Amino acid sequence: MSWSDTFLRLLKDNDVRLVAYVPDNVLTPLIAGVTADNYFLPVGATREDEAVGTITGAYMAGLRGAVMMQTSGFALIANALASLVLPYQIPAIMVISERGTMGEFNIGQSLVARTMRPTLDTLGIAHHTLTDEATMPFIVDSSIKQAYSTQAPVAFILSPLLTGGNPAAKAKLKI
Amino acid sequence: MSNERASAKLLNRTALTKRLVQKLKAGEAVIGGIGNANFDLFAAGHRPQNFYMLGSMGLACPIALGVALAQPERGVIALEGDGSILMGLGCLATIANLRPRNLTIVVWDNGIYQITGKQQAATAGVTDLVAVARGAGIANSAWVRDEAHFDALLDRRFDDGGPALLAVKIDDMPGQGQTPRDPALIRSRFMKGLGTGRGGALDP
Repeated sequence: MSWSDTFLRLLKDNDVRLVAYVPDNVLTPLIAGVTADNYFLPVGATREDEAVGTITGAYMAGLRGAVMMQTSGFALIANALASLVLPYQIPAIMVISERGTMGEFNIGQSLVARTMRPTLDTLGIAHHTLTDEATMPFIVDSSIKQAYSTQAPVAFILSPLLTGGNPAAKAKLKI
Repeated sequence: MSNERASAKLLNRTALTKRLVQKLKAGEAVIGGIGNANFDLFAAGHRPQNFYMLGSMGLACPIALGVALAQPERGVIALEGDGSILMGLGCLATIANLRPRNLTIVVWDNGIYQITGKQQAATAGVTDLVAVARGAGIANSAWVRDEAHFDALLDRRFDDGGPALLAVKIDDMPGQGQTPRDPALIRSRFMKGLGTGRGGALDP
């Protein structure tokens, strides 16, 4: 089973049905899996903060959701986290494909990536970098359960070590 | 300026919010956007199915969309200011494509950022939010002509017929209520009102 199939199974195991996403190359197999499977309710959002709002409403109305985004998209949601998710105690499940490292070709991605973990740390949001398929199931399953048990958000950072990185980067890095 | 927008009567948000709340008979969820939209929602009398936003400007419609998707049998209404909705117009495209039948958006348009000092918004100029919504694909979008038109548009079931957007041209009066600034309380009461989570676990 691929890393993406395993990840989607972990969402299913925890009743996470709504997936709001802004596309990214690395997320392609996750988004394809979500849209191909009737279990999931996919929401193609136009911005990442919009996706955070939608899963917040869904959670309060009894439907669990996750947001999928890339590193630069995470940089857009600090206010939604600080003024919605955290004060209202929303167990937002965030899935962030990690750009900006290990073979990044886009300088903007490499710079904005520096804001991701410091932002998560400053806001006190639990985050786990997923690097391999062996440890991923335990980390994801237990952390989703912790999020819902404690009304707290959690971020899963999909490292290039897990995903192989951005497929588009390989061609563009040839210099 | 479009004819519809130019001829819309200037109305009052506080009065119309009360009018709207009086029409809610089926436990409809109402998401009050940041600032005056939720102050007037609170002033109209708290209901268990009200959610008050104290931040995250621009996310009333996305939050309402999430509620609508999770509970498709319940009518869901988002109350949002023009400045707020301008902050995230993309959500109108998302909503238009998902077509939630149980979602209604009410936009209070005074053309200003009333709460920050009445600075002009794009809606004071050439931007027509009904035209924007229709362009995004929410065909059922209209300017409210007057009180009677507001009543006519909202005397209906809210669990069907959406997505719909009503834009109301309003005066520059501030909101009248003071929503309790306790987000955890607001969330937990809202969940109790929607019958979800542990909202009622500690009640007798």
